[in-house]
Order: sequence, then C-alpha cells, then structure tokens
Amino acid sequence: MAVDKFPVESGHIMMFARSIGDANAIYYDSDYAAGTEPGTIIAPPTFMQSSAQFDPEYFLRPKVGEAWFGSGKEATGVKREGSGGGGGSGGGGLHAEQHFEYHRQAKVGDVLKATVKPGKTWEKEGKRSGKLIFSETITEYRDQDGELVVTARGVGVRTERPVDQG
Amino acid sequence: MALKASELKVGDTYSERLVEDLKRTQIVQYAGSSGDYNPLHTDEMFTTQVAGYPSVFAHGMLTMGMTGRLLTNYVGDGRLTNYGVRFTNQVWPGDTLDSTATVAELREEGGEHFVDLTVSTVNQDGVEVVKGTATARIDP
Repeated sequence: MAVDKFPVESGHIMMFARSIGDANAIYYDSDYAAGTEPGTIIAPPTFMQSSAQFDPEYFLRPKVGEAWFGSGKEATGVKREGSGGGGGSGGGGLHAEQHFEYHRQAKVGDVLKATVKPGKTWEKEGKRSGKLIFSETITEYRDQDGELVVTARGVGVRTERPVDQG
Repeated sequence: MALKASELKVGDTYSERLVEDLKRTQIVQYAGSSGDYNPLHTDEMFTTQVAGYPSVFAHGMLTMGMTGRLLTNYVGDGRLTNYGVRFTNQVWPGDTLDSTATVAELREEGGEHFVDLTVSTVNQDGVEVVKGTATARIDP
C-alpha cells in the first residue's frame, strides 16, 4: 500500500512483537537495545506490513461513516450481488507469497515513505478452489533521506470458491 | 550471538515451536498490531456464513511473523538481508506450529559472509503452512 508517512514507533513495535509471540527485549526495551549490535530498537522482519495502519484509505479497516463488510446484527454489513466466491468475498482475496529485501534495519525514529509498483499478473487452475488469479505488487520503503530501507514483494490470489479443506 | 561461518555447515538445522494451540485472541492481537482487520481472521459469523470457511483463520503474515522470530533467534538481531515465503496452507485456531531453518549455502561476497537458509513451518498434522528462504549476514 502506498503510504506518505509511516513513522516507525516504539509502542507500535512492542505491540507488533507481542502479537507474533516474540519476547525479544530488542523490540521494547531501549536500554537493552542500546547494548545490542543494532544499538537501538529495531523493527521485526515482517513489521513493514503494518504500514497499513498509516494508509488512510486502507480497505481492510472499518472507517467512520462507511459500511463495513464484517458482521453486526447480520453476518455481513454489505450486501453484494453475485458474491459467490471464496477468498474473493473476503475482501482482497488471500495472501499467496510475501518477500522482503532488507537494505538496512528499520529502526525507531525512521519516517518511511512507501511507494507501490504493480508487478505481474497470472492465472492458474487450482485443484481445491477453481481458477486462481495471482497479482504481484512491489512496495519500496524509503527513509527520510530517500534511501531504500526495505523492498517488499507481495503476491495476492483471488479464488473462484472457498479453498476446499478436504 | 551472531552465527559464525567457521562453525556452520550445509545441512545444519535450527528448530522451534512457534505456537501451541493457536488462540483466536492472538489472531485478534495480530489484526490490531498489523492493521489488517479483514473479518476472515476475527469474525466467525462473517467467515462461516458469508465467506464459506469452516472458521476464522490466521493471517498468513502472522505465520510469517512467527517464522521470522525463529530466524532472528537463530541468526541474531538485525542480520537478515532477505526473507520470503509462500503460504501453502491455511492456519486455523487450535493449530500447533513447528518451524525449522536449514543451512542451504554458505558464501562470501565482497568480503562479507552470508548464510542462505530454507525455512519450513508445519502444523500438528505435518502439513506445511509456510515454505520460504532467508539470507543473513554472518561473522567469519
């Protein structure tokens, strides 16, 4: 997702590390982190994904004044025609691949800017979910000096129907 | 704490249990920290009745994040230069995940030492849920 300003913050890193079950003190204790090789609180390897928090338009977050497709009184807040698909009706399909290239470690105090380039698109016939449509996006995270910090390549897939669990 | 090229050989492995009996609450925690509030991960009513899945399931990125924890525990903080995965099967509440990193290659480039790893995370039935590769800078 394109994001103008993604401030890398210590509280956010602490919560992110907790959510992946990582108790490493380098993610929350600045005194401890000062004595490590990086010398400061750094972002865990998959932290760039949480730049979604700083995308005002991110479609997988409920927004004030807009309908949300999750359940309330009814199973979904948005009625859509012909939403017979599986991952497709889940909003954005499923995540097929994710790759990160680290040019340096993102650290607390960085303010990153993420720009997105579309990548390839391809189709495949899946045994468990019908036709699969893959699409790739490449996101470049640059720091306040314009230097590349992380290059992320994500592949999403939309399925014709929910993935069989058999 | 960092790995040393002189002490590693191709085929060496490092394993950890990533999670035992994955709780829905941890998936909620990940939704909150990552900002991905797709109801497929936290909203049982939507996921079973509208999307047609048997229950909510974990974000692929939660499994990638937990697998990344194994990698940083192995190679040391701030040492990864590349990390990529394919999500090969879904992860469900109640799953127990184990992950193994295996040394695939040791190489020297521009006077620096690197280790290439393959990484595989499997569930309690031995089904692979994440399959990936990583590269880390290591000491001589």
